[in-house]
Parts: sequence; structure tokens; C-alpha cells
Amino acid sequence: MTEIPEHLLKRAQAARDKAAGSSDASASEGGDRIPDALLDRTKASGAGAAVVAAAPAGGVPVGAGPGGHTQRLLTVVKSGSIQEAKAAPVDKVHTWPHLLAVEFVAALALTAFLFVFSWVVNAPLLQAADFNNTPNPSKAPWYFLGLQELLTMFHPMIAGVTLPGMGLVALILAPYLDRNASNKPEDRKFMTSMMTMFLIFWAVLTIIGSFFRGPGFNFTFPWRDGIFFEL
Amino acid sequence: MAKVLDNPRPTLKERAAKIGAQIQGSQAWNSIFRPGSIFRKGYTDSPRNRSYVIMNSVLYHLHPVKVKRHAVKVSYTLCLGGLSFFVFILLTVTGIFLMFFYRPTGANAWEDIQTLQTSVTFGLLIRNMHRWGAHIMVLTVFLHMARVFYHGAYKPPREFNWVIGVVLLTLTLLLSFTGYLLPWDQLALWAVTVGTNMMGYTPVFGSQVRFVLLGGVEIGSETLLRWYVLHVLMLPFVIVIFMAIHFWRVRKDGGISGPL
Ligand code: HEM
Repeated sequence: MTEIPEHLLKRAQAARDKAAGSSDASASEGGDRIPDALLDRTKASGAGAAVVAAAPAGGVPVGAGPGGHTQRLLTVVKSGSIQEAKAAPVDKVHTWPHLLAVEFVAALALTAFLFVFSWVVNAPLLQAADFNNTPNPSKAPWYFLGLQELLTMFHPMIAGVTLPGMGLVALILAPYLDRNASNKPEDRKFMTSMMTMFLIFWAVLTIIGSFFRGPGFNFTFPWRDGIFFEL
Repeated sequence: MAKVLDNPRPTLKERAAKIGAQIQGSQAWNSIFRPGSIFRKGYTDSPRNRSYVIMNSVLYHLHPVKVKRHAVKVSYTLCLGGLSFFVFILLTVTGIFLMFFYRPTGANAWEDIQTLQTSVTFGLLIRNMHRWGAHIMVLTVFLHMARVFYHGAYKPPREFNWVIGVVLLTLTLLLSFTGYLLPWDQLALWAVTVGTNMMGYTPVFGSQVRFVLLGGVEIGSETLLRWYVLHVLMLPFVIVIFMAIHFWRVRKDGGISGPL
């Protein structure tokens, strides 16, 4: 059995003493005592139940408590402890049809787009893989071309590991670093401009890597030497 | 002389209605649809039935019965999270189709794709859908992240859902990248060579991780098998778990953020 902590035992004892002491005094004295009106009502209903039950059975009904009570007061709660609902009403709509219809249309539109696009444009399938024939240029998938572009500027360890690693950590930590609680655009000018700058920087790198890099990953102009880019 | 038919043969409509009622009253039907399902009671538009559509169907796992009015405005979420999820489903369906025709070995992979495109009904179309769908998913997930950022929707209590989102972004990129190798053509081989060479520069454990991922020091048939298993089984499994947590948190954090 678990040990009951000392202070809880003391508190229980104090409560018991207090209850014993105050039961001698008049019930109407304490502020947090049960009001007389309620006690009277309880008595009345107890008596009433006994009378009602007595009529048909001529005795105490089965399952009744001491004194023939058929109802019990489960608990008395201090007024302060009752939770007050503070939730402000929120303007809500039914998920069906309002949200589901939107989702359905969006899904349908995307499916249609993908279907038509795939009907018209074929995915690339080049020659079978050949270890002895390195295409020039060799490019990573487009979403890594920003990284490949960084490789032309920095040591591979910085461009391939340190910078993307720092970017990822910064992304993960963003909600914990941004101490500004507001979500209003006008209060977040710093964060939005940081992100916008970062996105533009990244987009420019990706576009250069995709379209402005030719054989040897050297700089070219797509309108001069053609496009070296596969999806 | 008019003949009174007091017991006319039932019309087709009446018979259909009777059969319908019998089916709907059967134990099998009632075991499939929960009490209160619109498939038991029928649907007429009423606030209560609108609630029942969600409450008594599997949709209740994804959506609450009611959502904030501004949350259904397309201009707020641009549907990007939902579309990311939907493309993922499309990719799963088309991907399963591709699996029937593809063997992940150096000797077979490229020819299987070639055969799929030339001699399998709808093979080319389905492969195109899978490939373009994969690019679209990278795009929608990325744009979804941007929209979440610009709305400040990562702020308390949604910080951790953002972190889960970053995991989802990483998993999406990995799924796309592992799939990139599978056609085993020149594009696949050398794109992945470039990509994995970068990995080798990670200090301390870089070359070990690269070795495990490639199944050797260079890309080869072992790499193909490894990336195939990652692509069709392990990464989808992991991403589905994180999506489940992501969606659950969206609801528990009080639905969509905002309005601004
Ligand atoms: C596989 C990828 C992902 C899927 C399927 C997905 C799905 C969803 C969906 C359906 C929502 C509901 C609202 C909406 O549609 O915009 C949502 C909200 C959210 N997502 Fe994602 N998500 C993905 C990736 C991400 C990423 C990469 C991030 C961030 C790094 C992110 C962060 C969040 C946050 C913070 C919310 C709450 C937004 C709000 O309350 O306004 N998710 N996501």
C-alpha cells in the first residue's frame, strides 16, 4: 500500500475536527455551510419519498438509504470551484457541405490537370544507365539545383552540408525563435522580409542552376546555347 | 364492364422500393453503416443531417463536424495542405500500378519501364502521372510551408506541428529523390550520383551514411534495390505516420489558424 503523506493526513484530521466542532453549532452559522433552505428541501423530499413509497408497498422501498431516503446528495461543491465557461462563441459552419465541397472540387481540378498534362507531356526516359558515359552536364533533380549551384561558390563541405544543415535547423527552430505573438502581417514585417529574401535567394540559385548552367556546369545563356535541364 | 382490380400486380417502382427497404433493413446493411449514418436514414438537408454526414462516417477521423467560417475560404489555405495529401494518394495509386511491371535490378529496371511505356495499356499515361505528380507534390508541400509561414501559423500552440511539417518536407524530398533513381536511365544514374556525392562531405559519419545508402562505395544494383524498398515501402510508411500526427495536431491546436 502506498504511504499517505503526513501533510494530507493532518489536513484530513483538521477537516474532521472542524466538521465535528461545527456540527454542534447551528447550521446557519458558516458561510460555506449548506443553506437551511436546501437542507429543508432534502428533508421534505426524503419524507415525501417515504410517503410515496409507503403507499403501494407499505414499507421502505428496496435499495433505499438509511431513514428511507430514495435520493442522495452526491456532493456539495464550494461555489468558487465551479468552472465558468468563458469560451466566446465562434462563427462556425458545417464541414459538410461547406468544406467537403471545396475539397472535392480542388481534388477534382488537380486530378483533371494532372491527367491532361500527363496525356500531353511525356516523362523523360533517356538511354539506359551507363557507368562509362558521364553526361555533361550532370545535374541533380531541380529541387537540389540550388545546392549544386552553391557548390560552385563554396567548399563542398560548406555548400553541401553546413549551409543546408543550418537552413534546416533554422526552419525547425523558427517557431521558437520568433517571440512575436502577433500573426498580423503589419506586425511581422521583419520576419516576412527575412523569409521573402531567403525564398528569392533560393529561387534565383535554383533558376541559375537549372537554366544557366551548361557543359562542365559552366555559365551559359539558355537563349544562346540551349537548355540543359530535365525534369 | 369495368373490372375492379383490388389486388393489382405491383409496379416496377413499387417492387424496387420494396427490395430497397429489405436491403436497408437487413442485418448486413445495418452492420456496415452505423446508427445515424445517412445510408441508414436517408439524407434530407437539415443541420442535424449535416452533422451526421461527418459524425457517423470515417470522415470523422479527418474533420470535425463544424469548422470556423474563415477556415473554408479558399483564399486562406489555398487548399495547399489538402492538395499535398491528395497528390500523395494519387501517387500511391499510380505507384502501385507501376509496381506490377517493374523489377528493381540493374538488368531489368530500364527495360521494364521501356516495356511499360510501349506495350502496357495506359502504362505511359500512368507513368507520366506518377512522375509529374511527384514534382507537383514537392511544389505543393513547399508552397504550403510558405503560406503557413506568411500567416504566422507556426506560432503557439502550433509550434510543434510546424516541426512535424519540416519532417514531412524532408520526407517528401527523400521520396522524390529515391524515386528519381528507379527508371535507371542516364538521367537517374547521374542525378543521383551528383546528389549523393554531396552527402559524402558530411564530417565524421558522412562516408558511412553514404555507404549504407548506396549499399557500396559506388551506385550499383544494390543501390537500386535499397532505394526501391525505401521508395515503395519505408518512406511512405513513415510519411503516413507523420501525416496522421500532423492532421491530428491541426485539429487539437484548434483548427486552422487565423483569421489574420
Ligand atoms: C506531406 C506534406 C504535408 C501535408 C500533406 C500537410 C497537410 C496539411 C493540411 C491538410 C493542413 C490543414 C490546413 C491547410 O490545408 O493548409 C495543414 C496545416 C498545417 N501545416 Fe501542413 N502539410 C504538409 C507539410 C507541411 C510542412 C512542410 C509544414 C511546415 C514546415 C507544415 C506546417 C503546417 C502547419 C503549421 C499547419 C497549421 C496551419 C494553420 O493552422 O493555418 N505542413 N497541413
